[in-house]
Amino acid sequence: MTAARAPRTSEGVSDVISDLRERIASLETSTVKKAGCLAFGVPEMDAALPGGGLSYGALHEFAGGGAGTVDGAAAALFAAGIAARTKGPIVWCLTRPDLFFPALAQVGLNSDRVIFVESDKDEDVLANMEEGLSFGGLGAVVGELVRLPMVGSRRLQLAAERTGTMALAVRRWRRQTEANDFGQPTASTTRWRVSVMPSEDLPVPGVGRPRWFVELMRVKAGGCAEFLVRACDDKGRLDLSAGSADRSHSPGRSVHSA
Amino acid sequence: MIAKSGSKRWVSAADAAAKKAGVRVGIPAAKAQALFRGLMLVDADLKTDAAALERITLWALTLYSPIVAVDGVDGIVMDTEGADHLQGGELPMVTKIANQFLARKLTARVAVADTWGAAHACARAISRETVIVPIGQTVRAVEKLPISLLRLAPKIVSDLHTLGFQSIGQLANTARAPLNLRFGPEIGRRLDQIFGRVSEPIDPIRTAELIEVARSFAEPIGAAETINKYVGRLIVQLIEELQKKGLGVRRADLIVDKVDGTRQAIRAGTVKPARDVAWLTKLFRDRTEKIEPGFGIEKLTLVAVIAEPLEETQKSSSLVEEEVTDVSPLIDIYGNRGHKVYRLAPMASDVPERSVQRISAVADPIAVAWVGHWRRPVRLLPRPELITAIALMPDYPPASITWRGKRRKVIRADGPERIFGEWWQRDSEMEAVRDYFVIEDESGERLWVFRSGDGVDPETGDHRWFCHGIFA
Repeated sequence: MTAARAPRTSEGVSDVISDLRERIASLETSTVKKAGCLAFGVPEMDAALPGGGLSYGALHEFAGGGAGTVDGAAAALFAAGIAARTKGPIVWCLTRPDLFFPALAQVGLNSDRVIFVESDKDEDVLANMEEGLSFGGLGAVVGELVRLPMVGSRRLQLAAERTGTMALAVRRWRRQTEANDFGQPTASTTRWRVSVMPSEDLPVPGVGRPRWFVELMRVKAGGCAEFLVRACDDKGRLDLSAGSADRSHSPGRSVHSA
Repeated sequence: MIAKSGSKRWVSAADAAAKKAGVRVGIPAAKAQALFRGLMLVDADLKTDAAALERITLWALTLYSPIVAVDGVDGIVMDTEGADHLQGGELPMVTKIANQFLARKLTARVAVADTWGAAHACARAISRETVIVPIGQTVRAVEKLPISLLRLAPKIVSDLHTLGFQSIGQLANTARAPLNLRFGPEIGRRLDQIFGRVSEPIDPIRTAELIEVARSFAEPIGAAETINKYVGRLIVQLIEELQKKGLGVRRADLIVDKVDGTRQAIRAGTVKPARDVAWLTKLFRDRTEKIEPGFGIEKLTLVAVIAEPLEETQKSSSLVEEEVTDVSPLIDIYGNRGHKVYRLAPMASDVPERSVQRISAVADPIAVAWVGHWRRPVRLLPRPELITAIALMPDYPPASITWRGKRRKVIRADGPERIFGEWWQRDSEMEAVRDYFVIEDESGERLWVFRSGDGVDPETGDHRWFCHGIFA
């Protein structure tokens, strides 16, 4: 499942460990395709993920923080940025068609690549995602979901493992109070929370490049981490903001704006 | 329109103008001529009529339901069971059917009922364009209708009239035995059919061009695996037939005949001609669970209702070329499950809600893109929501806004981005102006708000503020 991380101890020990890891990975599941990873291109973020990036053939879950739990704007754009950096067609399953595609095009997602599948029920979104994942050959399958039960997430994870397609679940709830559902366990490989932060200061009045507070809340075979990043650019890439990444970070008011 | 039978000539159809002059269907031709001088008489051509009806029926077969047949000399019957929810219910469905006929300059009377007989009678009795008989209300709907709508031979109808029977209800309440003795079993059979006491399967219309493969079973089958196995074999057969003719299937129907005389149909469509066994098998396998075998299945029939030419193409054998995945089978799977599948494409419009259009998921790639140098929100509210804002006129961003009951202090803002109304779309947009601002509140939430009007001229808008989108 996981590849060796950068050696921290002496050469010999790390060799043994990486060898063991490989052998365990080969034991874990025989059907898993070696799919590799999609690096963020941000060394700090990639270091927090086993394999040095978001693994293909796995389910990744994104949710917003605060008001973002309902609108899911930042989470959707974060997922779109990842999808934009994959290759191949993308299937986007949703129930509420309020996505404004020009914004997605601005993070490098070509509208020709994205096929939207709109259904009435949440369960249909799960079924459609699974169908897309088991089809194979897609770049990523994105689904906007309210509920992601354990069984459903397990099915998605297994389907993703079989074909090596990346599954991205954007969670958005009807009410902000329902969002504690995000604490429930799921079978997803990584789980992220993306909250909007005040934008970067500009020397002139105006809104600078948006910043996000990205929390890696859970990752298989890895530890949690938090990053303050600058939002996706026109190629879907993030980069680390100069601000501190701990929670003590409080945005100072721009000296230039009113 | 004059029909002939022996030496008798009578009016078999009349247009609106003729009806106004008093010409009715059924009156002798000589009488009609006497009613109106210079009445235009056209001899009825039954053969051409029948051929035209068959053509219309074949067209209807490709529309809603896999089971469509010619009904009498002037009607079409469709089995719409399971088809109505896809159109949003029975009422939208019948309206749509009527409109589709209207679009082809055909005036149709559409009726939906529990049984073929009831629908037949209601469609011919109504003066409106559509009628829906609610489930279980057949008796009430048909009891007052004349017996001529019972699909009996004209001789029997006129004899019953002589005996004083007028409505279907009267006939249904009479003892069966004497009627049987006098007229034979036909009346009883038709009455049972109209009330749904005996089943009346609809034999779908077929022509020589339709490619059809069928398999009958000596012993009725019922197990899911068995059904799947034979469906798979039928698909292979159908593909072979298609291959011979160089066709690909666009729409295929699987018709299941059951032991108790009922019929069920499953339809699968593809976005482009297909001749791939795995692809079609997947589409039908998805839905064979919907088949209710009941007491067993006697016969499975697979028909390619719409087939289009499909030429063999050579796959590029280049090793370096990147492989492009063809997603049309996946699109078919989604489409056959009744989900909306589409792609989004730019529209040449500056008004945000008009700048995106839905196109077919298999449309050719669109080269143009949206103009990228203005920030656009990730979520666009379905309708701009009214907010209260405090702002300096004419062109300052708001200092604070209240949206959905929450007051936000605006820390940073960008704008205005002025968007003019499109006068060619609506008259009211002649002068209309929207000034869009990107605003950011103290918690970092970014919103897209606009003021209707340019802040100076009240003609351009009433200076109310709206929230239109949410940025990431």
